[in-house]
Amino acid sequence: MSGFTAFALRRAVSAVLTLLALSVIIYVVFYATPGNVAQITCGPRCSPEQVHQVAQQLRLDDPLYLRYWHFLQGIVAGHDYSTGTSVEHCPAPCLGLSYQSDQQVTRIILDKLPVSLSLVVGAMVLWLLLGVGTGVLSAWRRGRFTERALTGITLAGVATPVFVIGLVLMIVVCGQLELLPFPEYVPFADDPEQWMWGLLLPWVTLALGEAAYFARLTRASMLETLAEDHIRTFRAYGVGERSIVGRHALRGALAPIIALNANDFGSAVGGAVLVESLFGLPGIGQELVHAVTVIDLPVVVGMVLVIGFFVVLANAVADVLYAVADRRVVLA
Amino acid sequence: MSLVHVTDLTVGFGDLRAVDGLSFRLEQGAALALVGESGSGKSTVASALLGLHRGTGARVGGSVEVAGVDVQRASDDELRRLRGAKAAMVFQDPLSSLDPYYAIGDQIAEVYRVHTRVSRRAARARAVEVLDRVGIPDAVRRSRSRPHEFSGGMRQRALIAMALACEPRLLIADEPTTALDVTVQAQILDLLHTLRQETGMGLLLVTHDVGVAAGSVDDVLVMRHGRAVERGPVAAVLGAPGQAYTRELLAAVPRVDAPRTPSPAPGEVVLEAKGLRREFGRGKRAFAAVDDVSLTVRRGETLGVVGESGSGKTTLGRMLVGLLEPTAGEVRHDGHARVGVDPAVQMVFQDPVSSLNPRRSVGESIADPLRARGERDEKRIRGRVRELLERVGLEGAHYDRYPHEFSGGQRQRVGIARALAADPRVIVCDEPVSALDVTTQAQVVALLGELQRELGLALVFVAHDLAVVRQVSDRVAVMRHGRIVEQGPADEVYDSPRDPYTRQLLAAVPALDPRIAARRRAERREVAVT
Amino acid sequence: MSEALVATEVPGAAVPGASGARQFWRRLRAQRAAMVAAVVVALLVLVALAAPLLTALEGQDPTTYHPSLIDSARGGVPIGSFGGVSGDHWLGVEPQTGRDLFARLVYGARVSLGVALAATAVQVFLGVVVGVAAALGNRWVDQLLSRVTDIIVAMPLMIMALALLAIVPGSFPRPVLVALIIGFVAWGTIGKIARAQTLTLKELDYVAAARLSGWGTLRIARRELLPGLAAPVITYAALMVPANIGIEASLSFLGVGVRPPTPSWGQMLTSADVWYQAAPQYLLLPAAALFVTVLALTVLGDGVRTALDPRAASRLRIGTGRRQESKADLSEAGNLDGDEPKVHEPETAREGTA
Repeated sequence: MSGFTAFALRRAVSAVLTLLALSVIIYVVFYATPGNVAQITCGPRCSPEQVHQVAQQLRLDDPLYLRYWHFLQGIVAGHDYSTGTSVEHCPAPCLGLSYQSDQQVTRIILDKLPVSLSLVVGAMVLWLLLGVGTGVLSAWRRGRFTERALTGITLAGVATPVFVIGLVLMIVVCGQLELLPFPEYVPFADDPEQWMWGLLLPWVTLALGEAAYFARLTRASMLETLAEDHIRTFRAYGVGERSIVGRHALRGALAPIIALNANDFGSAVGGAVLVESLFGLPGIGQELVHAVTVIDLPVVVGMVLVIGFFVVLANAVADVLYAVADRRVVLA
Repeated sequence: MSLVHVTDLTVGFGDLRAVDGLSFRLEQGAALALVGESGSGKSTVASALLGLHRGTGARVGGSVEVAGVDVQRASDDELRRLRGAKAAMVFQDPLSSLDPYYAIGDQIAEVYRVHTRVSRRAARARAVEVLDRVGIPDAVRRSRSRPHEFSGGMRQRALIAMALACEPRLLIADEPTTALDVTVQAQILDLLHTLRQETGMGLLLVTHDVGVAAGSVDDVLVMRHGRAVERGPVAAVLGAPGQAYTRELLAAVPRVDAPRTPSPAPGEVVLEAKGLRREFGRGKRAFAAVDDVSLTVRRGETLGVVGESGSGKTTLGRMLVGLLEPTAGEVRHDGHARVGVDPAVQMVFQDPVSSLNPRRSVGESIADPLRARGERDEKRIRGRVRELLERVGLEGAHYDRYPHEFSGGQRQRVGIARALAADPRVIVCDEPVSALDVTTQAQVVALLGELQRELGLALVFVAHDLAVVRQVSDRVAVMRHGRIVEQGPADEVYDSPRDPYTRQLLAAVPALDPRIAARRRAERREVAVT
Repeated sequence: MSEALVATEVPGAAVPGASGARQFWRRLRAQRAAMVAAVVVALLVLVALAAPLLTALEGQDPTTYHPSLIDSARGGVPIGSFGGVSGDHWLGVEPQTGRDLFARLVYGARVSLGVALAATAVQVFLGVVVGVAAALGNRWVDQLLSRVTDIIVAMPLMIMALALLAIVPGSFPRPVLVALIIGFVAWGTIGKIARAQTLTLKELDYVAAARLSGWGTLRIARRELLPGLAAPVITYAALMVPANIGIEASLSFLGVGVRPPTPSWGQMLTSADVWYQAAPQYLLLPAAALFVTVLALTVLGDGVRTALDPRAASRLRIGTGRRQESKADLSEAGNLDGDEPKVHEPETAREGTA
């Protein structure tokens, strides 16, 4: 299996390179935009003195590559910032200071991360179970009423934007029927039960659309596998439908599902931003929307990088899993 | 009671009647071949025997009885108990016919457990047993491999092992050797023969290749358009065919033992390859597909290049026309070293589907070399294309038709017309007839011969089929592992081969005469023993 | 409906052969659901195009405030039953501002469809150019462009769009900006599809035959490759349109996309949950409009995919080459040094919406 180890290693290296390139692109895009960066970052109501101060803080006199280099240094080794009188140490990985609150971006992110992770990971478990299950069911019952009904439902799920699902669920479940309290975030460590109840609706909201998407994917992928020659072989040998669908077709459909789950992770993160904003969960997404509205560049850049890190990580893990699921990829 | 009893079988898909009133019987332990060209309905019959059309929307009429089961009326459960246990099927493409994700031993064990209530462990043991039986070395270890880790021949053996697992009374083999090289084909056919002798099971062989049928069965049924044309003992049908179609079919089959009427004395050398080498891949994965190949082609002669898959013959052909650059060595054209393509050296491709752009009319494709040469006069272009279309046996009015409106043989003619449009001196034909039915094959080969005589073309005929190559070639080069192992006048190479590999190849070619087939089988067995 | 297809046509691509187009229409017409969806989409496009006419009929416009129609004492609830429905305001007025809801809804269709189509056009253009260049370029060009594509695919679209919207000066026309940003951030998948398809096409015999005819690379790319690219690219683009509608709505919902006074369905929903009891149609109408539009476009996209040779689409999926291997001499056919194209033909085009 040495070929496999080499593959995993190559994939890891390429993930690191991708991340590095991503950081360059993001840095250049955000700090080399036309217009006065200092003015943009400081905001439209800043006085010229404040703008000047920001420009100095940003080292705007330095060339861009040097500033990027400092930024990288901060991530690897940490930074010391002089905030007028005192010197604040920002330990590695340092992503800079917020212009709005002078807080360390890394600390802001670490504060918000548990909320977002709770949301995304919980929802992911839900949508994978729900989506793949529905997809398998409709592939098994293909041509019958069950399949048509499920196809219709999943189509509706795909067609509804996540915030519409969330709005409707919140109004109906929490407002009208009062089945659940309005969602709120309680740290898991404080009260696991409250944590779960508080996140239940956000999970469902985020998971429904994704589940519909995965159900469609699973169904399509399984139907395609079912049309392949080797399925005919097992039919011709008297193997039952249950084993053909549950064993052979699902196994064939697994690799694309894994690969797509990674690709979709990025879109799920986008959905999480909407869910957090909608339900007022204090996660990274909500903070990002806030930072964007007030144009707090260091926070925006830091968060985009951290989210990019997770997405690249998810892609790399999925590629390796994909290779495990379909070893011909490695051998090819 | 007969093992198989088919009465008045009809199978229809939509408007198409694939099988139309077919009846036949197969007795216990006997062997019958269904022989026919594509579209004759032979494979449909094979599927109907196991009731595989059930639930696919096909209309099936008549009655089919296999091993005492009425396939038409049996319940789903009864049908399942028939499939694999009493009648097992071996398919054409062994790679796609096995699940790529599971070990071969597990797949056989799964099938075995469907029909016998034994433990997983016992089923695995049975899988190893049958794999060993079909001649897979080190069966215990190999049973844990996945299909892609097997070679083509080994995969077909594994599929046969799966068929044997439940000791069926009938084995249905649907083109079992079509995807295989000729030497491997011989091994698989010998294996089927041996198994039949040892187990006494009946065999229904579906094939397009009369030669494959000749050496493997007792009776033959020739099919065309879903109907039986002729049936009887194999020696009688092939030796003295009673029907015109059968005679036509047999006449079209190229013979490996028939000498060719030699071409008029070849002219000057038009194409020359010197020390050609082509590598693929980099670093550790690099390998040479073609290694140190030198050859010459003269005006008016045909050089046959024959080899099995992976021998490098296609790569060589592409280098000769300039589609691939050699890693080392050179191609000389009229005495000059050549780089890149040259319209004077054209190619006819293997696949009649992918060799024509489906979105352009055939006339436009044929006109390409004219336009590329700078011809702007639409009238002259049309005129020349018409002429070419008529020359290759199509109608001039076909200019505006699209490739999908043509049959495989017609498309191959279009490909030839396109090659001719460039006024070439050399045409490299890369497996030009391997995708065609045998009667079409004969027509295309005849057309190439005519054109050659008429235009004094030099042809390089690359193919895997030894008989076709003998039929068309003045000189022959035999390739293996990227090298030419033997090169010389065709009759010399075929009648007194010097290289052991050439001898092995020739011994593997199926013979049309059942007696010769039996003798060759005995010879092969001897070669294997010594 | 042809609107959607024309807008997503590959730039510079020749129209597929007459027979191909006829076949496409026949296969599309055979699908009832797709045809219903096509009618719905056509209606929506009509509404969007005729928005000024429709509002003129009603006698309103989307931006005028009507303070007299809202009850400022009750926090801005529209006066009258059903959120202020009347002969003058067919669907009532917006809470707090009193702007005409019907007018905002039909103008919202303009924004929604316009932004989505423009974004799709940008995605298709960038994806096809980069993908084809990567496939036809030498090893280094391919490496570079493929890595760039990978990075684009890896970037979470919603996040990037959100962040980018922050730094562009407010003077830039917002809908154009949103379309451009969605286009520039989400062309990766089309790029991958275009590259894989070009690599496949490049190896086809008819391309080799064209080379032997003596044609140059450019002519071959235009005549032989681009038409073959049209099918998979249109297929994917047809599914990108509804996805882009969702993204625009999401961004506007978050308050960073299309900004007032320009109306947008997503933006209307931003504060709808506050008003759902007093003016339920303020929540329901934009939500329903979004749902119907995305649904119809998705069903139509599915239909287009089915009509455009489903086999070709499935060949793009994860090149394990199961079938090809049986073809004789594949091992020598070259292309061993490149990694196999690993492309996922997505069930629904989605890069960042929900």
